[in-house]
Amino acid sequence: MMQAELTKPSLATPEHPIEISGSQAVLEAFIAEGVDTIFGYPGGAIMPIYDALYDYHDRLKHILVRHEQGGIHAGQGYARSSGRTGVVFATSGPGATNLVTGLADALIDSTPLVCITGQVYAHLLGTDAFQETDIINITTPITKWNYQVTDATEIPQVLAKAFFIASTGRPGPVLIDIAKNAQLQKFSYSGYTKCDHIRSYRPKPIVRKSYIEEAAALINEAKKPFVIFGQGVILGRAEAEFKAFIEKAGLPAAWTILGLSALPTSHPQNVGMLGMHGNYGPNVLTNECDVLIAVGMRFDDRVTGRLDKYAKQAKLIHLDIDPAEIDKNVKSTVPVWGDCKETLPMLTALVDEKKHTDWLNTFYGYSKQEKEIVIDQELHPASGEITMGEVVEALNELTNGNAIIVTDVGQHQMVACRYAKFNESKSNITSGGLGTMGFALPAAIGAKFGAPHREVVAIIGDGGFQMTLQELGTIMQAQVAVKMLILNNRFLGMVRQWQQLFHDKRYSFVDIQSPDYVQLVKAYGIEGNSVDDRQHLKEALQQMLDCKDSYLLEVMVGKEDNVFPMVPQGCSVSEIRLK
Amino acid sequence: MKQEYTITVYTENQVGLLNRIAIIFSRRKINIESLNVSPSEAEGIHRFTIVINEFEEVVRKLCRQIERQVEVLKAYFNTGDEIVWQELALYKVPTDEVAEKLQVERLLREFGARAVVIRKDYTIFETTGHREETDKLLAVLAPYGLIEFVRSARVAIIKASNGFHEKLKEFEAVEPASELIENEFLNKQAEVFSM
Repeated sequence: MMQAELTKPSLATPEHPIEISGSQAVLEAFIAEGVDTIFGYPGGAIMPIYDALYDYHDRLKHILVRHEQGGIHAGQGYARSSGRTGVVFATSGPGATNLVTGLADALIDSTPLVCITGQVYAHLLGTDAFQETDIINITTPITKWNYQVTDATEIPQVLAKAFFIASTGRPGPVLIDIAKNAQLQKFSYSGYTKCDHIRSYRPKPIVRKSYIEEAAALINEAKKPFVIFGQGVILGRAEAEFKAFIEKAGLPAAWTILGLSALPTSHPQNVGMLGMHGNYGPNVLTNECDVLIAVGMRFDDRVTGRLDKYAKQAKLIHLDIDPAEIDKNVKSTVPVWGDCKETLPMLTALVDEKKHTDWLNTFYGYSKQEKEIVIDQELHPASGEITMGEVVEALNELTNGNAIIVTDVGQHQMVACRYAKFNESKSNITSGGLGTMGFALPAAIGAKFGAPHREVVAIIGDGGFQMTLQELGTIMQAQVAVKMLILNNRFLGMVRQWQQLFHDKRYSFVDIQSPDYVQLVKAYGIEGNSVDDRQHLKEALQQMLDCKDSYLLEVMVGKEDNVFPMVPQGCSVSEIRLK
Repeated sequence: MKQEYTITVYTENQVGLLNRIAIIFSRRKINIESLNVSPSEAEGIHRFTIVINEFEEVVRKLCRQIERQVEVLKAYFNTGDEIVWQELALYKVPTDEVAEKLQVERLLREFGARAVVIRKDYTIFETTGHREETDKLLAVLAPYGLIEFVRSARVAIIKASNGFHEKLKEFEAVEPASELIENEFLNKQAEVFSM
């Protein structure tokens, strides 16, 4: 009976408004938007919403995290694995400020999030009240949009706007700060209307046909066309359109770290990874192609290396939904503003069917060299310590490339992205733009909720794991079956690598100790194991994958192994070093 | 070459938007020389007039970043010859001093000044014009015990613009009829009659 009554508000219409609280209006909005999971942490200023949530627990799953940063990274992981908007709750003051890293991460990696923070009563704003902080101004540079609600009547429209803004155009995080009085305030609610238009906001540029024609002409004339693609393909749900495009025109395609998994890694035209630790061919040949076709990527400095020596010989076609990205770092010959779900098929229709066999073979030639000099030793070392690469390779064999791989930041991230095999889109989840250590563990939790039927493996370094290991508590309580694979080299490896290469081996504060991870997770009731010998590696990985629940496997890897190839900072992409 | 650009931004009237726009400049360590926010001819639409010294390339990118903000409708940038602009200045001077030593009448005529307030103790003059013009009167008054001086931000009208009413209709349409052109009033001064 009680439950039936509580579902009443969603039946409200303009003709039959119902009196509900601002807090209920928030939850009604979630239900209308199809939200099923909230990651959050309660506190004083968000208590009315949590009180309302008590009655909605049958329709909205709430995952209690151990720190708000964990909550927002989980929201990001959820969004990235599901393609939907992640939802996060935090209280005012410290709860809200703990969201900052995640917001910055989500903005730079274009992840759709709606974060709700509690705020002190409106009459206390600006009085330095207990747990009051000016979260709107703090988060202005790191949100796509933010808004403070002080009156409950605004809530339905504001949340409709929030979900619309977060998920459309170039997605991003939105923060809605709701004063406690507005959460408590009863008002006449007449139902929820989704937002589909804001006059000052144009999420989808109208595609100019002439751009498409010019771009197609360039591609058709090109002798050495080269496609570089980013997360825009995934965010635009245009994986099939992208594949059709490159297949028809016979284009070699390389990915940015966030574009990974948009195209299966086994696709013959997938020539590998761009950038600082990317593959040899894609980097060198960026400076040899005649037409560069960038799809949904933003020319990050880790991708371009030295800008004034980047693809100067090539004509650039840049497809992006965000006009601010066009010509931001690299000047385009033909800018194609638009949603790649629309622009790619338009382009495919106009390009000639071709096979750039010789040109593609040039890529294969480079990858053969890279295989001999770098990859073989990394993936199949005969002796010595375990390498990160062989762990990833062994994992590939056992998962057949069907797992979602969540990575943290550092050497293991580069190695995992270089060598992990992916068949499905939305399978690679990592902090690309911001490079947030501590991202992987909570993001993996969220990823599992976003894709519950998929295997989720979090590959994490010993440094990053220790940044957010409090989320083991979340894994324990919410019984999230994530697999944690710690690649422990007993160093902050990426910084150490730079200190070795560029700072005369002056290893300044990179020697990091770890707890006994197996004992640690045992305290949380999680099974674990640690291996340091090659013979038992595969077996240990299999045991981890076979476990129905969460599991931690620590692999002791080479202490001073480096990630190669490498484009040293300040160098051109064609100056990539193989050793 | 760095030069003076006037950026005109049409926005919704929203708390916090000033900060959102201001930090686009401060993040890149660009100083705002002048900033004015006022209602525009279109109801509910506010107009920012921002003056900076920068390269055209930088200004173009800044405008795209500004337009990216959800509550911004449009951002234009123009050089000085593409706009008509004014600043207003107020000068407070001791009435005795100016009355005795300076011919008030000459001031009013030569500088197009206006006396806004005349009291026994002080007089407030007002002028509008370009920076050099308001500066000139400042220089003249400085030796006569200038008490206070203040100059407003620049307000500017783009010569080639037909106002925002028509644009707003395009924005309000759920399915926009035609693509909105970027910075359409740039380099249009030749088409505009100018004294």
